[in-house]
Amino acid sequence: MHQEFLMGNAAIARGAIAAGLNLVCGYPGTPSTEVLETAAKQNDGSRYVEWSVNEKAALELGAGAAYCGARAMVTMKQVGLNVASDPLMSLAYIGVKGGMVILVADDPGPISSQTEQDTRSFAAYSKLPCFDPASVQEAYDMIQDAFAYSEQYHTPVLFRPTTRVCHGYASITVKDPEEFVTNQPEGFVKDSSKWVIFPRLSYQAHINIEARNAGLQTVFSGYAHNVITPAADARCRKGIATHGISSTYTAEALRGMADAPRVLKVATPFPFPEKLAVEFLSGLDEVLCIEELDPVIERELTYICGKYHLNVTIRGKLTHDVKNAGENTCASVTENIAKFMGHTLPAAPETDVPPALPVRPPVLCAGCPHRASFYAVKQAMKGKKAVFCGDIGCYTLGNAMPLDMVDTCLCMGAGVNITQGIGKIEPDTTCFAFVGDSTFFASAITGAVNAVYNQANMTLVVLDNSTTAMTGHQPHPGTGRTMMGQVVDKVSIEAVLKGVGVKTVETVNPLELDKAIETVQRVSAEDGVKAIIFKSPCAVLIKPEQPAVIDADKCTNCKRCIKQLGCPGLVLKDGHAAIEQALCTGCGLCEQVCAFHAISTGGAN
Amino acid sequence: MQTNILICGVGGQGIVLTSKLIAATAMAHKIPVMSAETIGMAQKGGSVFSFLRLGDDLHCPMFPEKSADIIIGFEPAEAVRMLPYLKDGGKAVVNTHAIMPVTAALSGSNYTGTEMTDYLQKHVAALTLLDADAICREIGSPKVLNMIMLGAAIRANVLPFTIGDIEETMRATVKPQFVEMNCKALEYQI
Repeated sequence: MHQEFLMGNAAIARGAIAAGLNLVCGYPGTPSTEVLETAAKQNDGSRYVEWSVNEKAALELGAGAAYCGARAMVTMKQVGLNVASDPLMSLAYIGVKGGMVILVADDPGPISSQTEQDTRSFAAYSKLPCFDPASVQEAYDMIQDAFAYSEQYHTPVLFRPTTRVCHGYASITVKDPEEFVTNQPEGFVKDSSKWVIFPRLSYQAHINIEARNAGLQTVFSGYAHNVITPAADARCRKGIATHGISSTYTAEALRGMADAPRVLKVATPFPFPEKLAVEFLSGLDEVLCIEELDPVIERELTYICGKYHLNVTIRGKLTHDVKNAGENTCASVTENIAKFMGHTLPAAPETDVPPALPVRPPVLCAGCPHRASFYAVKQAMKGKKAVFCGDIGCYTLGNAMPLDMVDTCLCMGAGVNITQGIGKIEPDTTCFAFVGDSTFFASAITGAVNAVYNQANMTLVVLDNSTTAMTGHQPHPGTGRTMMGQVVDKVSIEAVLKGVGVKTVETVNPLELDKAIETVQRVSAEDGVKAIIFKSPCAVLIKPEQPAVIDADKCTNCKRCIKQLGCPGLVLKDGHAAIEQALCTGCGLCEQVCAFHAISTGGAN
Repeated sequence: MQTNILICGVGGQGIVLTSKLIAATAMAHKIPVMSAETIGMAQKGGSVFSFLRLGDDLHCPMFPEKSADIIIGFEPAEAVRMLPYLKDGGKAVVNTHAIMPVTAALSGSNYTGTEMTDYLQKHVAALTLLDADAICREIGSPKVLNMIMLGAAIRANVLPFTIGDIEETMRATVKPQFVEMNCKALEYQI
C-alpha cells in the first residue's frame, strides 16, 4: 500500500483495476468522464477500453463481457442511465456471471446536467444493489466491494458517486500491483434457460431478486461503510441520517460540538440496511435527514418507523426542514443542523456590499466553428419565420446573446424529432435541428430515419467538429480513433444520412461565411428532410493561426463585430473594439463580418 | 493543524495547476491533502476556484465561509467574489490585472478592476497586491503567472512550505527548459 493524490474518478478507475477489471466502456458525461479516461491511461493492454456510441450500447457490451465471467464496468452520467435503462431493467432479471459495476455519476445542483434525478431511486426501481461513496478514499475502497458483491450475488450493481466525490481530490491509500485481484474470465457457457429472457424465467427471477434483496438488507446492515457514530452525550435523543458528500459536511459541522447527536451514514441506499437503521433509531425522538437529490433515506426511515412502531419524528426534505432541490454545502448543512439542534449561529457581521461583480457565463470559445455555423444560419434566415432546435453539447451555448440561436434543448438527440413535431403543427415555419457529431452518432440517427420516412420538412444541421468537445475531446465513430489506440475507418456522417434517405446532404466549412449562408438559403428552401454538415475542427484541438489585427484607421468604432458575434477574442479597450491576443485563434469570422474591412487575419480563410 | 487555501481566478489562468503543485508538495512532505475545484462548463473564461486543505482529520475538500487562511486571487473581481471565505485575520494575495468578461464587452461596460482592488484594500488587512501580468511581461512569458502568484503566496508565510520546497516539486513536473523561467517567477520579489 502507498499514498497517492487522486481525483475521485481516478480513484474509482484505480480501484476497479485493483479489483481485476477486464473491460470498461461507457459514454462521456460530466461528472463521470475521467473514470474511463483513467482506466484507458492505466491500460497495459490487458483490458478492453471503449467509448461506445451511447450508454445503451455500452451497457449491452458490458453485459456480454460479464456473461463470460469478465469483471466489467460501464460508466455514464445520471441521464445516461435513462438511455441505458432498457437493457438495465432486463439485465437485472437475467443477472451476470462476472462482476459488473454500472458507474452512474449523479449531479446535484445540477452543475452540468439536465435533471436532478437520483440513481439511488433508480436502484430501487430496477431492484439493483447500489453503492454511494462519501469520499475519494471510500470511492477507491467501495468500488472493489461493489465488484465482489456483484460476483457473489450474480447481479449487476450500481455505483453512484456525486460530482463533489467524482471531482474532489485527496491523498488516499491505494494498493500496490502485487495486491491486485486478477480475474481470468471463464468464457461464455451456453445455457438458454439462463441467458434468454422469457416471461416464465422473469417470473422466477423476480421471486429470486426479492429474496436476495431481503437478504442483502441484513448483509448491508453489517457492511463496513454503513456506520453509526455515537452521540457526544449518550443521553442525546436526536439523530442525523446522511450519505455521500453530505456526510462529510455533517462531520465538519459536528466537529467539536458538545452535544453532537448520533449519526447514521448510509453507503448502501438499496437494499436499505434496515437492521442497522432500527438500531440507529432506537432511543431517539427526532431525526434529521440530510440528503442530496431524492429523500431516499428519509422515506426509508419513515417507513421503518411505521413498520416497527417507533415513535421517532423523521425530518428532512419532505417536512421542508431541508431544501428539496440543489446541492448541499458546508454552510447549508451547518445551518440545517443548528436549527435542528436548537443552536443559534453567530449572526453574519454587516459588511459593505462589494462592487457589482462581472458575470462570467460559459461561452463558446474564441474561434469556435459553432459560432460561425449559428451566425450563417441566422443571417440566412433573417426576416423569415424560423425555429432552431438545439441539442446537448458545447453548441447548447449558442443560446446565449448575441447569437440567440437555440430555441429548444431537451436531451441527447431530441432536437431532430422536436423539429419534426413543430413543423407538423406550424407548416409555415422553416425548421432547423442542430446536432453535434458525437450526439448524432449517440442518438440522432434513428430520429433522422423517423423524420425522413414520415415526410418531415426540415433542415438537419450537423455541427461536425470531429470530436466530443463538451466533455473533453473523446473519440467517436467519426474520428477514426479508438480507446485501444487503433486507427480505424471513420463512419461517414454524410454516408449515413444518404443511406437513410436524406437526398440533399451538403458539407461546408462554416468559417467560409458567404458560402455557408448561401448553402443554408438554398438547401433549406428544398422540400423534405435535407442536411447541411458544417465541418470545421474544434478550435481547442488545432494550432491557432496568427491573431486578427484591427486597422485603427479603417475601424469606425461601430462595434458590429462585438455585437454580432460575442466572441471572447473581441473585447472593448478604452471604448474601442480590440483583439484579445491570448485568446484569438485567427479564425477570420470577424474579418468577414466587418463591413469596413478593418479586421485582417493574414488570409487564414 | 489545518491550512485552508482558496485559489480563484478565471479559466485558463493555471489555477488548477497551481493547486496540483501545492498538493504534490504536501504529499512530498507527508501532509494529508484534499482539494476540490470547478471543472467542466466554466473551463474557458468562467470563474474558476480551487479549495485546498492541508493537515490531519480532514473530512471534505470544501470548507465553509470565513475559513480560508489565505486567498490567492489571480483576478481582482474573482478575489472579491470569494472574499466571504476568508477567515477573520486571513491573508490575501491578489493580482491587480482585471480580465473583462465577454458580457462586459457586449454591454459596453468598462470594468477595470480598480473598484475591486479598492474594496480589497478596505476589507483585508493582510493584503498583497501585485500586477502579475506586468511581471509576466518582464520575465517574458504569460505562462508563469501561476508561479508568480504562488511565490507571492509562499512569502505570506501561511503555507507550510518554502519557495525551495515548491521548486523541488516543480522541477519534477515541468520540462527542463522551463525550470529556470519558473524559478525566476517563484522567486520574484515585489
